[in-house]
Amino acid sequence: MDPLYADGVGVAVVLITLLKVLVAFVFTLVATMFMVWFERKIIADMQHRIGPNRAGPWGILQTLADGTKLFFKEDLLPDKADRRVFRLAPVLAVVPAFLAFSVIPLGGNFTDGDGTVSIFGHRTFLQLADPPVGVLFFLAMSAIGVYGIMLAGWASGSKYPLLGSVRASAQIVSYEAALGLSVVAVLLVTRTLSTNGIVAAQSARFGVDWNLVATGVVPAVVFLIAGTAELNRPPFDLVEAEQELVGGFNTEYSSIRFALFFLAEFMNTVTMSALIVTMFLGGPSGPVFGPEVMRSWFLPLFWFFLKLVLFLFTFVWFRGTLPRLRYDQLMDLGWKVLIPLSLGWLLLLATIRVAQNEGWSVPIAMAISLVVLGGAFGLLNLSLRAARRNREHEAEVYA
Amino acid sequence: MTVVENQDSIDYHARLRNGRAVLRMSEVEAAQRGEMLADENDETMIINMGPQHPSTHGVLRLMLELQGEQVVRSKPIVGYLHTGMEKTAEDLTFLQGPTNVTRMDYASPLFNELVFSMAVEELLGIEVPERGQWIRMLMCELNRMSSHLLFQATNGMDIGAVSVMIYGWRDREELLRLFEKITGVRMNHNYIRPGGVAADLPDGWRDDLLRILEPLPGRLDDLDVLLTGQNIWRDRLQGVGVITTQEAIDLGATGPILRSTGYDWDLRRDLPYLHYDQVDFDVVVGTFGDCFDRYAIRLNEIRESMKIVYQILEKLPKGDYKVQDKKVTPPPRARIDESMEALIHHFKLYTEGYKVPEGEVYVAVESPRGELGCYLVSDGTSKPYRMHIRGPSFVNLQCLPHMMADGLIADTVAVISSVDPIMGEVDR
Repeated sequence: MDPLYADGVGVAVVLITLLKVLVAFVFTLVATMFMVWFERKIIADMQHRIGPNRAGPWGILQTLADGTKLFFKEDLLPDKADRRVFRLAPVLAVVPAFLAFSVIPLGGNFTDGDGTVSIFGHRTFLQLADPPVGVLFFLAMSAIGVYGIMLAGWASGSKYPLLGSVRASAQIVSYEAALGLSVVAVLLVTRTLSTNGIVAAQSARFGVDWNLVATGVVPAVVFLIAGTAELNRPPFDLVEAEQELVGGFNTEYSSIRFALFFLAEFMNTVTMSALIVTMFLGGPSGPVFGPEVMRSWFLPLFWFFLKLVLFLFTFVWFRGTLPRLRYDQLMDLGWKVLIPLSLGWLLLLATIRVAQNEGWSVPIAMAISLVVLGGAFGLLNLSLRAARRNREHEAEVYA
Repeated sequence: MTVVENQDSIDYHARLRNGRAVLRMSEVEAAQRGEMLADENDETMIINMGPQHPSTHGVLRLMLELQGEQVVRSKPIVGYLHTGMEKTAEDLTFLQGPTNVTRMDYASPLFNELVFSMAVEELLGIEVPERGQWIRMLMCELNRMSSHLLFQATNGMDIGAVSVMIYGWRDREELLRLFEKITGVRMNHNYIRPGGVAADLPDGWRDDLLRILEPLPGRLDDLDVLLTGQNIWRDRLQGVGVITTQEAIDLGATGPILRSTGYDWDLRRDLPYLHYDQVDFDVVVGTFGDCFDRYAIRLNEIRESMKIVYQILEKLPKGDYKVQDKKVTPPPRARIDESMEALIHHFKLYTEGYKVPEGEVYVAVESPRGELGCYLVSDGTSKPYRMHIRGPSFVNLQCLPHMMADGLIADTVAVISSVDPIMGEVDR
């Protein structure tokens, strides 16, 4: 619970909350602008190009220029489109993208403090909201975002967007499962769903207490891969696969509606990176020193953004390096690799947790669960092989 | 004994459709038969890919019948870039011919000029001087490299490896700069003309060329790291768009498509022209006939071409770069001011052109896309009576429905890309 609301709600508290809303809103917009520019610059460097360099210093205002341009473009509505849903879809994509960011703790001294900062004499967390179900809230928001994409493709009344949205629904539903399972691994270790609590749980020692270590790296990797798929970013950008579906779900969109999709996509990228940082890399926690302003304001923010940019760069790096997967390969990766892997890892973590609670010998419990998991892996492998054999047999029969 | 089938029966249509014979019908007929077959369980969707589509390499149009994401049948439709170049050729003199043909396959223009010039020379019965021949070989191999680099770029782009696109364009760009220095233009050079080449190689060309060739092996190795050894890349291309040797031969496919099936056929080696019998190079051959083989063949052909270029650099003789018969090639500019005869030759060449003896000839060269042929008929005047180009892209395009059958949409893109069609050559 945010200490801001501990002593009842007065005018100052409301104003501080409004200020936080404003800051979070502006921050998301600016971060998105920065992300678009950052991506274009980095990818240009990787591809021996210069990238945007006209608008503002180093082209940093390019996104603003593009957005303004799109705003003044003609807004086309296809004849066959379902008019209401067509207009609703971009909003459905962009609003959850804004909301999801509100549960991310941006700063506050977690290392030797309680994670609060002082604003006008009130102590509060540097995050817009800290609901007890913060992580679930994020998952819910990203799931609602899918509706934006699905409805956009469906309402366009056009074939390519329809294919794009069919891909989107299949892809995001499958990867949500893997994403959720790796989140559960974190919850098992930290014993809380609140994002603030998750950060607090991994703040005692820099690096060592991070969930990245505590959950044994695997959930973090699964989360990163599933997160990339969830964001529809390369190499999982089948939803908009430019070379196949000519833009996919947003083919029929123009003007500011297109800009909203674009905004939502990059905003989700920033939010996803922030969530990875929160869940696995200890959020804003890191070595702090110096006076109070440094300890609770400057350094935690610095650590948070450093980790954030690291992941933003990783996403851009993926895009610059990897070719796109094919639809069936994407499904294979999701259902046959990531979900069994995170499920198995979750069982392993759960066994260790129970063994600790019940006072059993941890190595023996681990050994037994490893044997069980090995058996399960073997069974899975056999069933996959059997399925492939059946398919080949069917193909021969019906050829 | 022939069995006359009832052509209205459902069975007959079903067989036509399953055998993909529908593809050979007109669009109207196919649509009609499609409707006759449709029942409530039929959930296929016809989708139009192109002529405006980022992956159809220009204005190729494909009609795809989809079951979900699976392509049930497909039909390539060409003609959107038809400009009547073959007919135009009948109105141009033999001297003007290369300007026309060079615009067909715009990714490898020098090969078009080469095949046309060789056909004219065959009719004229003239022999190009040694240096001219070697310069032609040099330019063509450089052009093959630039064309294959373009393929790497577009192929990478189509599969989703965006960076590779820029890498391919970058290396091609340097070759084009060299072409500009040698021929005056980056594309559509009109450099190889009947009787030789338009001009001798300029000063400093050798240093420029060596400067381009030096970093190229490293950059090709980079492609190996980024693509060849990459799991996603292999998954996307291996076993996709498979075609057998027999199918490829039946359809008339040549070049990397035929070679990818394991059939060892390269005109440079098997029917040598220019001086290809005097250089040492390997013909790269695949095994499985899939998209990956076609990608790998093109990548390695760049290396083979580099090998040839280095040999040409050693063997390039001194001497004339065009025949000195002033009835065929124009006199040097300086001579026109000094000699009345040169002035007359110049005037006659650029107004009437030269007369080519009556006859017909077919000449073929190995272009980056396959067998590029030129069939030329002369009626004894200074303009061809008929010119026909056997465009490898056009013939290779026939393989598309066979390679795409039962693939996914993403495979369709990979297959089009691996055929590497140049629509200018397809439609002519």
